[in-house]
Amino acid sequence: MASESAITSTGAPPQVARVRVPGAGLRSDLRAIRVVWQRELIRFSRDRARMVTALVQPILFLFVLGTGLSRLASAGTHGVDLRTFVYPGVLAMAVLFTAMFSAASIVWDREFGFLREMLVAPVGRGAIVIGKCLGGATVAGFQGVIMICIAGLVSVPYAPVMILEVLILQLLLAFALTAFGVMMAARMSQMQSFMALMQMVILPLFFLSGALFPVSGLPTWLNVLNRLDPITYAVDPIRRAVFAHLDITETARHALAPGVTWWGWHLPGIFEAALVAMIGFGLLSIAIARFSRTE
Amino acid sequence: MTQAVEQRDRTAAAREPAVWTRGLAKNYGEVQAVKGIDFEVAPGEIFGFLGPNGAGKTTTIAMLCTLASPTAGEARVAGHDVVTARNEVRRNIGLVFQDPTLDGYLTAEENLRFHADLYGVPRAIARERMQIVLEMVGLWERRESIVNTYSGGMRRRLEIARGLLHSPRVLFLDEPTIGLDPQTRSSIWTYIKELKAREEITIFLTTHYMDEAEYCDRIAIMDQGEIVVLDTPESLKASVGRDRVMIKTEDDDAAIAALHERFDIEAVIAEGQVTFSVGEGEQFVPRLFAELGVPITGVSVSRPSLDDVFMSYTGTTIRDAEGSVLDQQRAMHSMMGRR
Repeated sequence: MASESAITSTGAPPQVARVRVPGAGLRSDLRAIRVVWQRELIRFSRDRARMVTALVQPILFLFVLGTGLSRLASAGTHGVDLRTFVYPGVLAMAVLFTAMFSAASIVWDREFGFLREMLVAPVGRGAIVIGKCLGGATVAGFQGVIMICIAGLVSVPYAPVMILEVLILQLLLAFALTAFGVMMAARMSQMQSFMALMQMVILPLFFLSGALFPVSGLPTWLNVLNRLDPITYAVDPIRRAVFAHLDITETARHALAPGVTWWGWHLPGIFEAALVAMIGFGLLSIAIARFSRTE
Repeated sequence: MTQAVEQRDRTAAAREPAVWTRGLAKNYGEVQAVKGIDFEVAPGEIFGFLGPNGAGKTTTIAMLCTLASPTAGEARVAGHDVVTARNEVRRNIGLVFQDPTLDGYLTAEENLRFHADLYGVPRAIARERMQIVLEMVGLWERRESIVNTYSGGMRRRLEIARGLLHSPRVLFLDEPTIGLDPQTRSSIWTYIKELKAREEITIFLTTHYMDEAEYCDRIAIMDQGEIVVLDTPESLKASVGRDRVMIKTEDDDAAIAALHERFDIEAVIAEGQVTFSVGEGEQFVPRLFAELGVPITGVSVSRPSLDDVFMSYTGTTIRDAEGSVLDQQRAMHSMMGRR
C-alpha cells in the first residue's frame, strides 16, 4: 500500500473520518522529533519555579560566591575581578544543571507513565531520544542566553563574535550533557536514584573541569583528572572566547585562560568543540540503543 | 496500487482475525507469566480477558502491543506479526493502560496533538478527529484545561479519546475502569459500547470486574498464565448451571465436614464464607437448616454468575485469587514500568 496518508470512507456514520496512519519514514520521524522537542519547551515555559531557578541560581553563584571569594583571591588574579574569571565557569554550571534537569524529566516521564505513550508510538525510539536531547539543549541554551545577558555586570563586553561563540559552545555542551543524562536515565525508574547518581557524577565532573580555576600548573593528579573530564573541553573554549574580548594584560590572559594542553600541544578551540560534539553524538547513540531494546 | 486491489486488500484485512496467537509465552526469569496461549479475536468483537491480577493478562497485552517480546510462540495483531512488523502493529492499535500515561502539565488538546504528531495523523484530519473523539467522551468543552485539573474519570476518558485518535483497528483497554467510582465506570462502558457502534473497531480489554465481563461478546478466563476457558458469557454461565450457596456458621470446619458427610457436597471457604454449589439452591436451604447440625448465622443463594464460572474453572473466587498473587503482580508492574 502506498505510504502516503489517505482518508478512506467506511460504513460507519459519515461524521467519522477514518485515518490511515502513514508508513514509517524520515518525515514521520522528523515530526516526532519536533513534537517531543516542543513538549519540552511547553513544559519549561509553564514551570515558573524552574524559570526562577534558572535566573536566580547563576546570579547567586556569580555574585555571592564570586564576591565572597574575591576578597581572598585578589592577589592571584592579576587585577582581574574574580567574578569575571569565574563567569565562564558559572555559565557552564548553569547549563550543566539545566541539562541534567531536562534529562531527569525522562525519569519523571517514566514514573508518570508518559514515557510509555512515547515508546508505543510507531516511530523509531531514536526520534524520541533525539527530540528529548534537543529539547534539553534548547532549554539549557535559554539558560545560557540569560547568562550572556548579565555578562555586562561582571565587566564582560557584549562582543557579537564572543556571544556567537559562547552560544554555540554552550549549546554543544548542553546537548552532550542531556545526551549523557538521557543515557543514564534509560535504566532508571526512580527519580531518587537518578538524582543521587547525577550528584555523584556531575559535581565531580564540574569541579574537575577547571570551571573555577585555571588549568595550567596543576598538580599532576589533578592535571590528569582534568584532562580526562569531558566538560573541560567545553569550559576551556568558552573561557578563551570570553577572555579574548576582555581588556586585560597579556600576562593576566596567559595566567587565567592558559588553554588546555596535551603533552605540550595547545588544543585549538575548534578541536575542543569538535571533541565535545563527538562525545555528545557517542552518548546519544548509546542512549538510543538503550531505549531501543525491548524486553 | 489500483482501487480494486486496495479494496480487495481491505476486505481481506477485514476477514482476518484482529488478534491471533499460537503458543504465545513469556517468562520473566524463572517466572512463567504466560504459558503458551492460543486464541483468536474476530474483527469487530468486544473480547474480554478476565482473571485476577497477576494471571498474565497485562503481560499478554504487553506482548500484543509490542511492548514485550514473546519468549516463545507467535502473535499477529491486525494481520501483522508483533515481532517482525512492530511498527505496523503499533500503527493499527490504540492503547489505554491501567496506569495513566497523560502529560499532566499539558492541556487535553496538547496531549492529543502530541499523539497525532507521534502517530503521523495528517494535520488536516487531526483537527477534525480531535473534535470527534473529545466530543464523544464529553471533554470538548474542557479541551483547553491542563490535565492535572481533571478528575480520575475525566483522565481515563481522555485516554480513551487519545487511543482512538488515529483510528486504530484494535483498541486495547487494560483495566479501563479500575479505580473509578461506579458511576464513572458505567459511563466508560457507555462510551465503549457506543464506540463499537460508531467505529469499525475491535476492542480487547482486560478486567477483573465480573459484572463488566458480561458486556463482552466473548471472554477468556485466564489464571496462572493459562487460558482456562474461552466462550460467550451466556455459554459460560450455562456451563456452570448450578446455584451458589454461601453460608456463615459458627464453626466453618465442622460445617464443611457436615456438608461432606450428610449431603455429599464439597464446600470451600471463599471470601470468608463456606461456599458450595447445588442444583436447586432455594429448595436446598430449608434442608440445610434442618439437617446440618452446625448453627448457621447467615445464608445467601445466587444464580450462576461469571463469578461462579470463574470459581468453577479456577477453584477460587477472583478476589481471593488476587490476594495470593499481589506480590507477583507488583514485581511484574515494576518490570513493565522500566520499559
